[in-house]
Amino acid sequence: MTGQGDGAAAALVVDGLTAGYGGGDVLHDVSLTVAEGGIACVVGPNGCGKSTLLAAISGLLRPRLGSIAFRGEPLTGRSPRQVLRAGIVHVPQNHSLFREMTVGENIELGGYLLADRRRIARRRGEVEEMFPAVAGWADQKAGSLSGGQQRLVEFARCLMLDPALVILDEPSVGLAPKVLKTVFDAVRLMNANGKTILLVEQNARAGLALSSHGVVMENGRVRLAGSGREVLEHPEIGALYLGGSARPMQVPQE
Amino acid sequence: MSALLRAERISKAYGGVHALDGCTVVVQAGSITALIGPNGSGKTTLFNVITGYDRPDAGEVYYGGNKITGASPQRVFGAGIGRTFQLTRIFPRLTVLENMIVASQYTGEAYRFRNPLARAGGPADRHRAMELLEFTGIAGHAGKLAGTLSYGQRKLLELSYVLVADPAIVLLDEPAGGVNPSLINQLAERIRELNAAGKTFLIVEHNMEFVMGLCHHIAVLDYGTIVATGPPSVIRNDPRVLDAYLGTAEDDAEARDDGAG
Repeated sequence: MTGQGDGAAAALVVDGLTAGYGGGDVLHDVSLTVAEGGIACVVGPNGCGKSTLLAAISGLLRPRLGSIAFRGEPLTGRSPRQVLRAGIVHVPQNHSLFREMTVGENIELGGYLLADRRRIARRRGEVEEMFPAVAGWADQKAGSLSGGQQRLVEFARCLMLDPALVILDEPSVGLAPKVLKTVFDAVRLMNANGKTILLVEQNARAGLALSSHGVVMENGRVRLAGSGREVLEHPEIGALYLGGSARPMQVPQE
Repeated sequence: MSALLRAERISKAYGGVHALDGCTVVVQAGSITALIGPNGSGKTTLFNVITGYDRPDAGEVYYGGNKITGASPQRVFGAGIGRTFQLTRIFPRLTVLENMIVASQYTGEAYRFRNPLARAGGPADRHRAMELLEFTGIAGHAGKLAGTLSYGQRKLLELSYVLVADPAIVLLDEPAGGVNPSLINQLAERIRELNAAGKTFLIVEHNMEFVMGLCHHIAVLDYGTIVATGPPSVIRNDPRVLDAYLGTAEDDAEARDDGAG
Protein backbone atom coordinates (compact mmCIF):
# COMPACT_ATOMS: atom_id res chain seq x y z
CA MET A 1 0.00 0.00 0.00
CA THR A 2 2.36 2.68 -1.16
CA GLY A 3 0.52 3.73 -4.30
CA GLN A 4 0.52 7.37 -5.19
CA GLY A 5 -1.59 7.09 -8.31
CA ASP A 6 0.07 6.11 -11.54
CA GLY A 7 1.99 8.46 -13.68
CA ALA A 8 2.24 11.38 -11.25
CA ALA A 9 5.84 12.50 -10.88
CA ALA A 10 7.22 12.86 -7.38
CA ALA A 11 7.64 16.48 -6.31
CA LEU A 12 8.98 15.96 -2.80
CA VAL A 13 10.83 12.82 -1.79
CA VAL A 14 11.72 12.28 1.86
CA ASP A 15 13.78 9.17 2.36
CA GLY A 16 14.80 7.51 5.61
CA LEU A 17 14.66 10.68 7.68
CA THR A 18 15.87 10.48 11.28
CA ALA A 19 15.85 13.74 13.22
CA GLY A 20 15.25 15.18 16.67
CA TYR A 21 16.20 17.81 19.21
CA GLY A 22 19.08 17.68 21.64
CA GLY A 23 19.97 14.08 22.33
CA GLY A 24 16.85 12.27 21.24
CA ASP A 25 15.42 11.37 17.87
CA VAL A 26 11.80 12.24 17.23
CA LEU A 27 11.65 10.90 13.69
CA HIS A 28 12.82 7.39 12.92
CA ASP A 29 13.45 6.42 9.31
CA VAL A 30 10.54 8.41 7.90
CA SER A 31 9.93 8.19 4.17
CA LEU A 32 7.27 10.07 2.27
CA THR A 33 6.59 11.05 -1.32
CA VAL A 34 4.38 13.93 -2.40
CA ALA A 35 3.23 13.71 -6.02
CA GLU A 36 3.45 16.74 -8.28
CA GLY A 37 0.09 18.52 -8.13
CA GLY A 38 -1.20 16.30 -5.33
CA ILE A 39 -2.39 16.88 -1.79
CA ALA A 40 -0.62 14.72 0.78
CA CYS A 41 -1.78 14.63 4.37
CA VAL A 42 0.13 13.43 7.42
CA VAL A 43 -1.93 12.54 10.48
CA GLY A 44 -1.21 10.88 13.80
CA PRO A 45 -1.65 11.33 17.53
CA ASN A 46 -0.09 14.20 19.47
CA GLY A 47 3.65 14.02 19.67
CA CYS A 48 4.04 11.53 16.82
CA GLY A 49 6.49 13.81 15.00
CA LYS A 50 4.29 15.54 12.41
CA SER A 51 5.54 19.07 13.07
CA THR A 52 9.13 17.84 13.41
CA LEU A 53 8.85 16.29 9.94
CA LEU A 54 7.71 19.62 8.52
CA ALA A 55 10.51 21.45 10.33
CA ALA A 56 13.07 19.10 8.79
CA ILE A 57 11.64 19.57 5.29
CA SER A 58 11.64 23.36 5.49
CA GLY A 59 15.19 23.57 6.82
CA LEU A 60 14.33 24.58 10.39
CA LEU A 61 15.80 21.35 11.74
CA ARG A 62 18.82 19.54 10.32
CA PRO A 63 18.15 15.82 10.01
CA ARG A 64 20.63 13.35 11.46
CA LEU A 65 20.11 10.74 8.74
CA GLY A 66 18.21 10.47 5.50
CA SER A 67 17.58 12.77 2.58
CA ILE A 68 15.08 15.29 1.28
CA ALA A 69 14.79 16.18 -2.40
CA PHE A 70 12.43 18.49 -4.23
CA ARG A 71 11.97 18.14 -7.97
CA GLY A 72 15.26 16.28 -8.09
CA GLU A 73 17.18 18.96 -6.19
CA PRO A 74 18.73 17.76 -2.91
CA LEU A 75 17.50 19.85 0.03
CA THR A 76 18.91 17.94 3.00
CA GLY A 77 20.49 20.30 5.49
CA ARG A 78 19.64 23.43 3.47
CA SER A 79 18.74 26.67 5.25
CA PRO A 80 15.09 27.80 5.40
CA ARG A 81 15.91 30.56 2.92
CA GLN A 82 17.36 28.07 0.44
CA VAL A 83 14.29 25.89 0.85
CA LEU A 84 12.09 28.92 0.17
CA ARG A 85 14.08 29.70 -2.97
CA ALA A 86 13.60 26.10 -4.09
CA GLY A 87 9.85 26.81 -4.11
CA ILE A 88 8.66 25.45 -0.77
CA VAL A 89 6.79 27.62 1.71
CA HIS A 90 5.77 26.53 5.20
CA VAL A 91 2.73 27.95 6.99
CA PRO A 92 3.26 27.25 10.69
CA GLN A 93 0.65 25.95 13.07
CA ASN A 94 -1.13 29.07 14.20
CA HIS A 95 -1.04 32.77 14.84
CA SER A 96 1.85 33.54 12.56
CA LEU A 97 0.47 36.90 11.41
CA PHE A 98 1.76 40.16 12.82
CA ARG A 99 -1.37 41.18 14.67
CA GLU A 100 -0.65 44.89 14.90
CA MET A 101 0.08 45.20 11.18
CA THR A 102 -2.56 45.42 8.49
CA VAL A 103 -3.56 42.45 6.39
CA GLY A 104 -2.00 44.14 3.34
CA GLU A 105 1.32 44.64 5.14
CA ASN A 106 1.28 41.04 6.31
CA ILE A 107 0.74 39.81 2.78
CA GLU A 108 3.52 41.96 1.36
CA LEU A 109 5.89 40.58 4.00
CA GLY A 110 5.36 37.20 2.36
CA GLY A 111 7.28 38.57 -0.61
CA TYR A 112 10.34 39.58 1.37
CA LEU A 113 12.62 37.56 -0.87
CA LEU A 114 11.44 39.62 -3.84
CA ALA A 115 13.78 42.57 -4.23
CA ASP A 116 11.64 44.55 -6.60
CA ARG A 117 8.65 46.54 -5.28
CA ARG A 118 6.85 46.27 -8.59
CA ARG A 119 7.10 42.50 -8.46
CA ILE A 120 5.73 42.56 -4.93
CA ALA A 121 2.81 44.71 -6.04
CA ARG A 122 2.14 42.45 -9.01
CA ARG A 123 2.26 39.28 -6.90
CA ARG A 124 -0.02 40.86 -4.32
CA GLY A 125 -2.52 41.63 -7.06
CA GLU A 126 -2.41 38.03 -8.27
CA VAL A 127 -2.77 36.64 -4.77
CA GLU A 128 -5.69 38.94 -4.00
CA GLU A 129 -7.33 37.85 -7.20
CA MET A 130 -7.22 34.28 -5.93
CA PHE A 131 -8.51 35.34 -2.48
CA PRO A 132 -10.83 38.32 -3.11
CA ALA A 133 -12.11 38.24 0.48
CA VAL A 134 -8.59 38.84 1.74
CA ALA A 135 -8.27 41.88 -0.52
CA GLY A 136 -11.31 43.32 1.22
CA TRP A 137 -9.58 43.17 4.61
CA ALA A 138 -6.37 44.82 3.37
CA ASP A 139 -6.52 47.85 5.69
CA GLN A 140 -7.68 46.02 8.82
CA LYS A 141 -5.30 44.97 11.54
CA ALA A 142 -4.59 41.26 11.16
CA GLY A 143 -5.29 40.72 14.86
CA SER A 144 -8.86 41.94 14.43
CA LEU A 145 -9.77 39.05 12.10
CA SER A 146 -11.37 35.77 13.16
CA GLY A 147 -9.28 32.60 13.30
CA GLY A 148 -10.57 31.36 9.95
CA GLN A 149 -9.98 34.72 8.28
CA GLN A 150 -6.43 34.82 9.63
CA ARG A 151 -5.81 31.40 8.09
CA LEU A 152 -6.85 32.74 4.67
CA VAL A 153 -4.48 35.70 5.07
CA GLU A 154 -1.67 33.29 5.97
CA PHE A 155 -2.44 31.31 2.83
CA ALA A 156 -2.45 34.47 0.71
CA ARG A 157 0.83 35.56 2.26
CA CYS A 158 2.50 32.22 1.59
CA LEU A 159 1.59 32.49 -2.10
CA MET A 160 3.53 35.75 -2.54
CA LEU A 161 6.63 33.82 -3.58
CA ASP A 162 4.59 31.74 -6.03
CA PRO A 163 5.76 28.49 -4.43
CA ALA A 164 5.47 25.08 -6.08
CA LEU A 165 4.87 23.29 -2.76
CA VAL A 166 2.83 24.68 0.13
CA ILE A 167 3.32 23.07 3.53
CA LEU A 168 0.46 23.62 6.00
CA ASP A 169 0.77 22.68 9.66
CA GLU A 170 -2.67 21.88 11.07
CA PRO A 171 -4.72 24.45 9.14
CA SER A 172 -7.92 23.45 10.96
CA VAL A 173 -6.60 23.67 14.51
CA GLY A 174 -8.60 25.92 16.81
CA LEU A 175 -11.27 26.64 14.21
CA ALA A 176 -15.01 26.22 14.71
CA PRO A 177 -16.35 23.25 12.70
CA LYS A 178 -18.23 25.42 10.23
CA VAL A 179 -15.08 27.36 9.37
CA LEU A 180 -13.36 24.09 8.46
CA LYS A 181 -14.98 24.03 5.02
CA THR A 182 -13.94 27.61 4.26
CA VAL A 183 -10.33 26.83 5.11
CA PHE A 184 -10.28 23.51 3.27
CA ASP A 185 -11.94 25.15 0.25
CA ALA A 186 -8.99 27.54 0.24
CA VAL A 187 -6.58 24.58 0.30
CA ARG A 188 -8.43 23.04 -2.66
CA LEU A 189 -8.30 26.40 -4.45
CA MET A 190 -4.52 26.63 -4.05
CA ASN A 191 -4.22 23.06 -5.29
CA ALA A 192 -6.46 23.81 -8.29
CA ASN A 193 -4.12 26.72 -9.06
CA GLY A 194 -1.22 24.34 -9.45
CA LYS A 195 0.20 24.23 -5.94
CA THR A 196 1.31 20.89 -4.60
CA ILE A 197 0.19 20.62 -0.97
CA LEU A 198 1.63 18.83 2.03
CA LEU A 199 -0.46 19.23 5.13
CA VAL A 200 -0.42 17.95 8.65
CA GLU A 201 -3.86 17.61 10.21
CA GLN A 202 -5.20 16.89 13.67
CA ASN A 203 -8.61 16.34 12.10
CA ALA A 204 -7.59 13.10 10.41
CA ARG A 205 -10.91 12.35 8.74
CA ALA A 206 -11.33 15.76 7.14
CA GLY A 207 -7.64 15.95 6.20
CA LEU A 208 -7.49 12.50 4.61
CA ALA A 209 -10.78 13.02 2.77
CA LEU A 210 -9.28 16.13 1.18
CA SER A 211 -6.07 14.43 0.14
CA SER A 212 -4.86 12.23 -2.69
CA HIS A 213 -2.23 10.64 -0.46
CA GLY A 214 -2.31 9.90 3.27
CA VAL A 215 0.26 8.93 5.86
CA VAL A 216 -0.32 7.96 9.50
CA MET A 217 2.59 8.52 11.84
CA GLU A 218 2.89 7.15 15.32
CA ASN A 219 5.82 7.50 17.68
CA GLY A 220 8.03 9.08 15.02
CA ARG A 221 7.47 6.37 12.43
CA VAL A 222 5.27 5.99 9.37
CA ARG A 223 2.72 3.31 10.27
CA LEU A 224 0.31 3.51 7.34
CA ALA A 225 0.55 5.04 3.88
CA GLY A 226 -1.70 4.95 0.85
CA SER A 227 -4.39 6.94 -0.87
CA GLY A 228 -6.32 9.26 1.44
CA ARG A 229 -9.31 6.95 1.28
CA GLU A 230 -7.31 3.76 1.85
CA VAL A 231 -5.75 5.20 4.97
CA LEU A 232 -9.03 6.65 6.22
CA GLU A 233 -10.72 3.27 5.94
CA HIS A 234 -7.83 1.21 7.26
CA PRO A 235 -8.93 -0.89 10.27
CA GLU A 236 -5.71 -0.17 12.18
CA ILE A 237 -6.06 3.61 12.19
CA GLY A 238 -8.09 3.63 15.41
CA ALA A 239 -5.56 1.48 17.22
CA LEU A 240 -2.80 3.89 16.21
CA TYR A 241 -4.67 6.70 17.93
CA LEU A 242 -6.08 4.89 20.94
CA GLY A 243 -3.37 2.32 21.58
CA GLY A 244 -4.14 -1.30 22.16
CA SER A 245 -4.68 -3.76 19.41
CA ALA A 246 -2.03 -2.60 16.95
CA ARG A 247 0.28 -5.45 17.96
CA PRO A 248 1.25 -6.66 14.47
CA MET A 249 2.43 -3.17 13.59
CA GLN A 250 4.70 -2.71 16.56
CA VAL A 251 8.37 -2.60 15.91
CA PRO A 252 10.36 -5.18 17.87
CA GLN A 253 12.34 -3.88 20.84
CA GLU A 254 15.88 -2.92 20.00
CA MET B 1 -16.54 3.82 46.17
CA SER B 2 -17.82 7.34 46.56
CA ALA B 3 -17.18 10.44 44.53
CA LEU B 4 -14.30 12.51 45.87
CA LEU B 5 -14.45 15.17 43.20
CA ARG B 6 -17.35 16.16 41.00
CA ALA B 7 -17.42 18.80 38.30
CA GLU B 8 -21.06 19.12 37.31
CA ARG B 9 -22.39 20.63 34.10
CA ILE B 10 -19.44 23.01 33.80
CA SER B 11 -19.57 25.59 31.02
CA LYS B 12 -16.85 28.07 30.24
CA ALA B 13 -16.46 30.31 27.21
CA TYR B 14 -13.57 32.52 26.19
CA GLY B 15 -14.87 35.19 23.86
CA GLY B 16 -17.25 33.26 21.64
CA VAL B 17 -15.49 29.93 22.01
CA HIS B 18 -17.13 27.36 24.26
CA ALA B 19 -14.16 25.63 25.86
CA LEU B 20 -16.47 23.65 28.13
CA ASP B 21 -20.11 23.02 27.39
CA GLY B 22 -22.06 21.34 30.17
CA CYS B 23 -19.21 19.01 31.04
CA THR B 24 -19.60 16.58 33.96
CA VAL B 25 -16.70 14.58 35.38
CA VAL B 26 -16.83 12.42 38.51
CA VAL B 27 -13.67 11.13 40.18
CA GLN B 28 -14.22 8.22 42.57
CA ALA B 29 -12.21 8.23 45.80
CA GLY B 30 -9.23 5.94 45.46
CA SER B 31 -9.31 5.82 41.65
CA ILE B 32 -6.84 6.76 38.98
CA THR B 33 -9.07 8.54 36.52
CA ALA B 34 -7.94 9.85 33.16
CA LEU B 35 -9.34 12.78 31.24
CA ILE B 36 -8.48 12.43 27.57
CA GLY B 37 -9.54 14.10 24.35
CA PRO B 38 -8.06 15.72 21.27
CA ASN B 39 -6.19 19.01 21.38
CA GLY B 40 -8.43 21.90 22.30
CA SER B 41 -11.20 19.71 23.68
CA GLY B 42 -11.16 21.54 27.04
CA LYS B 43 -9.07 19.34 29.33
CA THR B 44 -6.82 22.03 30.74
CA THR B 45 -9.76 24.43 31.04
CA LEU B 46 -11.54 21.86 33.21
CA PHE B 47 -8.42 21.53 35.37
CA ASN B 48 -8.32 25.32 35.68
CA VAL B 49 -11.98 25.44 36.71
CA ILE B 50 -11.55 22.67 39.30
CA THR B 51 -8.42 24.20 40.83
CA GLY B 52 -9.70 27.77 41.00
CA TYR B 53 -7.60 29.27 38.19
CA ASP B 54 -10.72 29.89 36.13
CA ARG B 55 -14.27 30.62 37.22
CA PRO B 56 -16.91 28.64 35.28
CA ASP B 57 -19.78 30.46 33.57
CA ALA B 58 -22.12 27.73 34.79
CA GLY B 59 -21.94 24.53 36.82
CA GLU B 60 -20.55 23.56 40.19
CA VAL B 61 -17.46 21.83 41.52
CA TYR B 62 -17.81 19.64 44.62
CA TYR B 63 -14.99 18.23 46.68
CA GLY B 64 -16.19 15.60 49.13
CA GLY B 65 -19.58 17.07 49.98
CA ASN B 66 -18.47 20.69 49.76
CA LYS B 67 -19.06 23.13 46.98
CA ILE B 68 -15.74 24.69 45.97
CA THR B 69 -16.84 26.47 42.79
CA GLY B 70 -14.94 29.71 42.38
CA ALA B 71 -12.68 29.15 45.39
CA SER B 72 -9.17 30.60 45.02
CA PRO B 73 -6.32 28.29 43.94
CA GLN B 74 -4.86 28.59 47.46
CA ARG B 75 -8.10 27.46 49.09
CA VAL B 76 -8.52 24.59 46.65
CA PHE B 77 -4.94 23.50 47.30
CA GLY B 78 -5.41 23.87 51.04
CA ALA B 79 -8.54 21.73 50.87
CA GLY B 80 -6.47 18.82 49.53
CA ILE B 81 -6.46 19.13 45.75
CA GLY B 82 -2.92 19.21 44.37
CA ARG B 83 -2.17 20.02 40.77
CA THR B 84 0.71 20.03 38.30
CA PHE B 85 0.90 21.97 35.08
CA GLN B 86 1.39 20.95 31.48
CA LEU B 87 4.42 23.23 31.28
CA THR B 88 6.11 22.79 34.62
CA ARG B 89 6.07 25.72 37.01
CA ILE B 90 9.22 25.38 39.03
CA PHE B 91 11.75 27.98 40.13
CA PRO B 92 14.66 27.37 37.75
CA ARG B 93 17.20 29.46 39.69
CA LEU B 94 16.55 27.66 42.97
CA THR B 95 17.94 24.23 43.70
CA VAL B 96 15.68 21.21 43.59
CA LEU B 97 15.67 21.07 47.39
CA GLU B 98 14.96 24.80 47.67
CA ASN B 99 11.99 24.32 45.37
CA MET B 100 10.72 21.70 47.78
CA ILE B 101 11.22 24.03 50.75
CA VAL B 102 9.21 26.72 48.98
CA ALA B 103 6.43 24.17 48.55
CA SER B 104 6.54 23.28 52.23
CA GLN B 105 5.72 26.89 53.13
CA TYR B 106 2.32 26.33 51.61
CA THR B 107 1.38 23.42 53.80
CA GLY B 108 0.19 22.73 57.28
CA GLU B 109 -2.59 23.99 59.46
CA ALA B 110 -0.65 27.08 60.42
CA TYR B 111 -0.65 28.46 56.85
CA ARG B 112 2.79 29.83 57.41
CA PHE B 113 2.67 31.45 54.02
CA ARG B 114 0.48 34.15 55.50
CA ASN B 115 3.50 35.26 57.50
CA PRO B 116 6.53 35.85 55.34
CA LEU B 117 8.80 35.84 58.40
CA ALA B 118 7.72 32.40 59.53
CA ARG B 119 10.48 29.87 59.17
CA ALA B 120 10.26 27.21 56.56
CA GLY B 121 13.03 24.90 55.67
CA GLY B 122 13.69 23.58 59.16
CA PRO B 123 15.02 20.06 59.65
CA ALA B 124 11.56 18.51 59.48
CA ASP B 125 10.76 20.22 56.19
CA ARG B 126 14.11 19.22 54.73
CA HIS B 127 13.73 15.66 55.87
CA ARG B 128 10.28 15.41 54.36
CA ALA B 129 11.50 17.06 51.13
CA MET B 130 14.37 14.58 50.76
CA GLU B 131 12.04 11.67 51.44
CA LEU B 132 9.78 12.77 48.62
CA LEU B 133 12.68 13.38 46.23
CA GLU B 134 13.91 9.89 47.00
CA PHE B 135 10.46 8.54 46.36
CA THR B 136 10.28 10.20 42.93
CA GLY B 137 13.85 9.21 42.16
CA ILE B 138 15.48 12.63 41.83
CA ALA B 139 17.09 12.93 45.28
CA GLY B 140 20.49 12.69 43.57
CA HIS B 141 19.76 16.09 41.99
CA ALA B 142 18.68 17.83 45.21
CA GLY B 143 21.57 20.31 45.13
CA LYS B 144 21.30 21.13 41.42
CA LEU B 145 19.57 24.19 40.07
CA ALA B 146 16.08 23.11 39.03
CA GLY B 147 16.62 24.80 35.66
CA THR B 148 19.31 22.26 34.80
CA LEU B 149 16.97 19.27 35.13
CA SER B 150 15.77 17.46 32.04
CA TYR B 151 12.15 17.91 31.06
CA GLY B 152 11.18 14.55 32.55
CA GLN B 153 13.02 15.28 35.80
CA ARG B 154 11.16 18.61 36.07
CA LYS B 155 7.91 16.70 35.84
CA LEU B 156 9.08 14.46 38.68
CA LEU B 157 10.05 17.56 40.67
CA GLU B 158 6.60 19.00 40.16
CA LEU B 159 5.07 15.76 41.37
CA SER B 160 7.34 15.82 44.43
CA TYR B 161 6.46 19.46 44.98
CA VAL B 162 2.73 18.78 44.94
CA LEU B 163 3.13 15.82 47.32
CA VAL B 164 4.66 18.07 50.00
CA ALA B 165 1.16 19.19 50.90
CA ASP B 166 -0.03 15.56 51.05
CA PRO B 167 -3.15 16.23 48.97
CA ALA B 168 -5.94 13.68 48.92
CA ILE B 169 -6.29 14.04 45.16
CA VAL B 170 -3.63 14.95 42.64
CA LEU B 171 -4.44 16.43 39.25
CA LEU B 172 -1.66 15.83 36.74
CA ASP B 173 -1.63 17.80 33.47
CA GLU B 174 0.25 15.77 30.84
CA PRO B 175 2.72 14.15 33.23
CA ALA B 176 4.22 12.00 30.46
CA GLY B 177 4.35 14.67 27.75
CA GLY B 178 7.90 15.04 26.45
CA VAL B 179 9.25 12.59 29.02
CA ASN B 180 11.51 9.75 27.90
CA PRO B 181 10.11 6.20 28.10
CA SER B 182 12.14 4.99 31.09
CA LEU B 183 11.08 8.01 33.17
CA ILE B 184 7.49 7.47 32.05
CA ASN B 185 7.57 3.96 33.50
CA GLN B 186 9.09 5.29 36.70
CA LEU B 187 6.36 7.92 36.90
CA ALA B 188 3.61 5.34 36.36
CA GLU B 189 5.09 3.12 39.05
CA ARG B 190 5.15 6.01 41.56
CA ILE B 191 1.58 6.92 40.76
CA ARG B 192 0.53 3.29 41.31
CA GLU B 193 2.28 3.22 44.69
CA LEU B 194 0.70 6.50 45.79
CA ASN B 195 -2.66 5.23 44.66
CA ALA B 196 -2.19 1.99 46.60
CA ALA B 197 -1.47 4.17 49.64
CA GLY B 198 -4.82 5.90 49.17
CA LYS B 199 -4.26 8.86 46.89
CA THR B 200 -6.75 9.62 44.16
CA PHE B 201 -5.57 10.83 40.74
CA LEU B 202 -7.11 12.72 37.87
CA ILE B 203 -4.75 12.70 34.91
CA VAL B 204 -4.81 14.53 31.60
CA GLU B 205 -2.54 12.72 29.19
CA HIS B 206 -2.06 12.11 25.47
CA ASN B 207 0.15 9.05 25.80
CA MET B 208 -2.45 6.33 25.33
CA GLU B 209 -0.23 3.48 26.44
CA PHE B 210 0.35 5.31 29.72
CA VAL B 211 -3.36 6.08 30.16
CA MET B 212 -4.64 2.64 29.18
CA GLY B 213 -2.07 0.87 31.34
CA LEU B 214 -2.46 3.00 34.44
CA CYS B 215 -5.98 4.31 34.78
CA HIS B 216 -9.07 2.56 36.12
CA HIS B 217 -11.52 4.90 34.59
CA ILE B 218 -11.41 7.23 31.59
CA ALA B 219 -13.54 10.22 30.65
CA VAL B 220 -13.31 11.48 27.07
CA LEU B 221 -13.79 15.15 26.24
CA ASP B 222 -14.62 16.45 22.78
CA TYR B 223 -15.60 20.05 22.06
CA GLY B 224 -16.04 20.70 25.76
CA THR B 225 -18.46 17.84 26.39
CA ILE B 226 -17.90 14.38 27.82
CA VAL B 227 -18.65 11.94 24.99
CA ALA B 228 -17.75 8.66 26.72
CA THR B 229 -16.75 7.28 30.11
CA GLY B 230 -15.65 3.83 31.19
CA PRO B 231 -12.71 1.52 31.82
CA PRO B 232 -9.85 1.43 29.25
CA SER B 233 -11.16 -1.75 27.57
CA VAL B 234 -14.47 -0.04 26.80
CA ILE B 235 -13.03 3.35 25.83
CA ARG B 236 -10.56 1.81 23.41
CA ASN B 237 -13.40 0.29 21.40
CA ASP B 238 -15.94 3.08 21.66
CA PRO B 239 -16.66 4.56 18.21
CA ARG B 240 -17.49 7.94 19.79
CA VAL B 241 -13.95 8.10 21.13
CA LEU B 242 -12.55 7.34 17.71
CA ASP B 243 -14.76 10.07 16.27
CA ALA B 244 -13.34 12.51 18.79
CA TYR B 245 -9.77 11.65 17.88
CA LEU B 246 -10.09 11.28 14.14
CA GLY B 247 -12.28 14.35 13.77
CA THR B 248 -15.36 14.87 11.69
CA ALA B 249 -15.53 15.16 7.94
CA GLU B 250 -16.35 18.59 6.56
CA ASP B 251 -20.02 17.83 5.84
CA ASP B 252 -20.60 16.36 9.28
CA ALA B 253 -18.86 19.32 10.83
CA GLU B 254 -21.33 21.63 9.15
CA ALA B 255 -24.24 19.50 10.25
CA ARG B 256 -22.95 19.58 13.81
CA ASP B 257 -22.83 23.35 13.74
CA ASP B 258 -26.29 23.69 12.24
CA GLY B 259 -27.65 21.39 14.89
CA ALA B 260 -26.04 23.40 17.65
CA GLY B 261 -27.51 26.59 16.19
